[in-house]
Amino acid sequence: MAIDRTIYREISVTPHLCAVAMALVACIAAASWGGVYVEHHGHSVTGMTNQVVWGLPHVFAVFLIVAASGALNVASMSSVFDKMAYKPLSRLSGVLAISLLVGGLAVLVLDLGRPDRLIVQMTHFNFMSIFTWNILLYTGFLAVVAIYLWVQMDRNVHPKWTKPAGVLAFVWRLALTTGTGSIFGWLVARPGYDAAIMAPLFIAMSLALGLAVYILVLQVLCLLGNCQLGQKLVARMTRLLALFVAIVLYFTAVQHLTNLYAAEHAGFEAFILRDGGIYTTLFWGVQVALGGLVPIALVWVRKTPVTAGLSAGVSLLVILGGMAQIYVIIIGGQAYSMELFPGFEVESSFFDGMIASYKPSLPEISLGLGGVALSLLIVGVGARVLRILPTNLSDQNLAAKG
Amino acid sequence: MTFRAGKDPVSPSKSSRRDFLRSGAALASMTLAPGVTLMAFGGSEAQGAVDAGKRWGLLIDASKCPSDCSACVTACKDENGWTGHGDPERDVQWIRKVTLKDKSTGRKTSLPVMCQHCESPPCVDVCPTGASFKRADGIVLVDKHICIGCRYCMVACPFSARSFVHEPVTNQKPHAPRGIGTVESCTLCVHRVDAGGIPACVEACNAQGHGAMVFGDLLDADSEISKRLASFPSQALRPDLDLNPGIRYAEI
Repeated sequence: MAIDRTIYREISVTPHLCAVAMALVACIAAASWGGVYVEHHGHSVTGMTNQVVWGLPHVFAVFLIVAASGALNVASMSSVFDKMAYKPLSRLSGVLAISLLVGGLAVLVLDLGRPDRLIVQMTHFNFMSIFTWNILLYTGFLAVVAIYLWVQMDRNVHPKWTKPAGVLAFVWRLALTTGTGSIFGWLVARPGYDAAIMAPLFIAMSLALGLAVYILVLQVLCLLGNCQLGQKLVARMTRLLALFVAIVLYFTAVQHLTNLYAAEHAGFEAFILRDGGIYTTLFWGVQVALGGLVPIALVWVRKTPVTAGLSAGVSLLVILGGMAQIYVIIIGGQAYSMELFPGFEVESSFFDGMIASYKPSLPEISLGLGGVALSLLIVGVGARVLRILPTNLSDQNLAAKG
Repeated sequence: MTFRAGKDPVSPSKSSRRDFLRSGAALASMTLAPGVTLMAFGGSEAQGAVDAGKRWGLLIDASKCPSDCSACVTACKDENGWTGHGDPERDVQWIRKVTLKDKSTGRKTSLPVMCQHCESPPCVDVCPTGASFKRADGIVLVDKHICIGCRYCMVACPFSARSFVHEPVTNQKPHAPRGIGTVESCTLCVHRVDAGGIPACVEACNAQGHGAMVFGDLLDADSEISKRLASFPSQALRPDLDLNPGIRYAEI
């Protein structure tokens, strides 16, 4: 069988591609409405309260930001770890990483109490704040990945620069996810946070979520843009995805076992693992079972080959589990009341000693989904105007590259 | 738990780190908006004359705080102009009365909780813009001009002492600027303190004849608060966090 050179081309415009783009634009319009509505009326029209101050938009934003760093791993596998089979996928990896990060940041900014003061954030920095460091890590990530893409795509740049750029991007994405996890890990006050394991846990989550999103986006782009995609390659990535999911489960188990050992955290653990209602259901049912054990079983335990449908299904389950995990961490961590007075039953008009309630509102849902839509639209437009997807990703072609 | 007599109320190492951070934020603020930041710091025109030789604090004696009295809360509302909108989960509360019941003995206690004006405030550490800051005299405030409403300080505060302004605000007091989409909390009535007065909550408590709240300078060994702290057992909330709050409690 003849082997093609890797030729990158803009994806073709098809009626299906246009229809998807229109749907994404509609989602972004709805999100814009949500953002303006909340900005105008204040956060009183959201489900957020003085007890649960970060709501569903933060869940979406953190998901997108975590997935962004993970999406870059496909490129890292070729540039950093010399797995050449992934090299043709590397450009899409970079563009997807940028688009997911932009989508996540857009949600984060629009959920600020004062999004109009974004310029203030760009001119006032408190370097004691991990938020400040994250702003630098996020913007730096965009620049580093842009350079990484340029090095890969510009024929005038010698290929020897690909590896240094790839290593820089890899190290940066590790720092970025460490920073994102540390937003929660460095919060000393709350029993649900205040744990160094948050940083490696978030890195593990990024590996799984980024790859799951990548697999789905690659499949959909190839389907809509009429490019060949070999199933062996996708199956290889899906098996890797199951490994990443196992790593997430491992860190999750260590996180909760460590907490269970400390009497002071017993109340919080009982809340998440046993008595927390929606949070307990999301933890065991969606995060652990649907988003963890089921994907692993489907990929590793089943004897039949991994089909395209199974890859897509597994990726969707992992994304669902990841959303549940971030929801439990962010919302569940706030819903559980802080213990100001150990040994006392506490009561106040500010809901001390009570489990806080939270119900996402329509503007929050539309804002979160709009961030996802923005990410997907950017990557679609990127694939349309930039040469990031090879024309031939068939198994025969990729097998020859190792 | 007793007041940490062995520890200087203002630790040099911690204050130097924060002084450095604060000076950065202050420099940026002075550069960009010299005229307006003074108001945002709590309406105090004496901001420039903050006395670094003082550490303002409160001692709250729970045994003198009746469960059916909320004069301190009412006074704070009136003084600073924060009111409810009939939405308890989203209404702003700078100060709240908390009722405690000892799980083992059933003994009930009542006391007010507000910003604890920590020496090492987590809200100041996490604030990305430096809007949350601590004055040289220990009062922790929010600069309303550079608060972007990220709410990270609210998640970080161990005392649930901060509120987010969920609705548009009207009829603000000139000395207590407020704004939709920003975070706020007890200012220790900084405008009164800078003018030589005491916080409205303390004044109201005294007017009721309870005398459950004593305000004063923790660094002045001759102040009433220092004398009481030296004489009777008292405690900080969440002492495990070692934040060295300026608010102390007795008889919980």
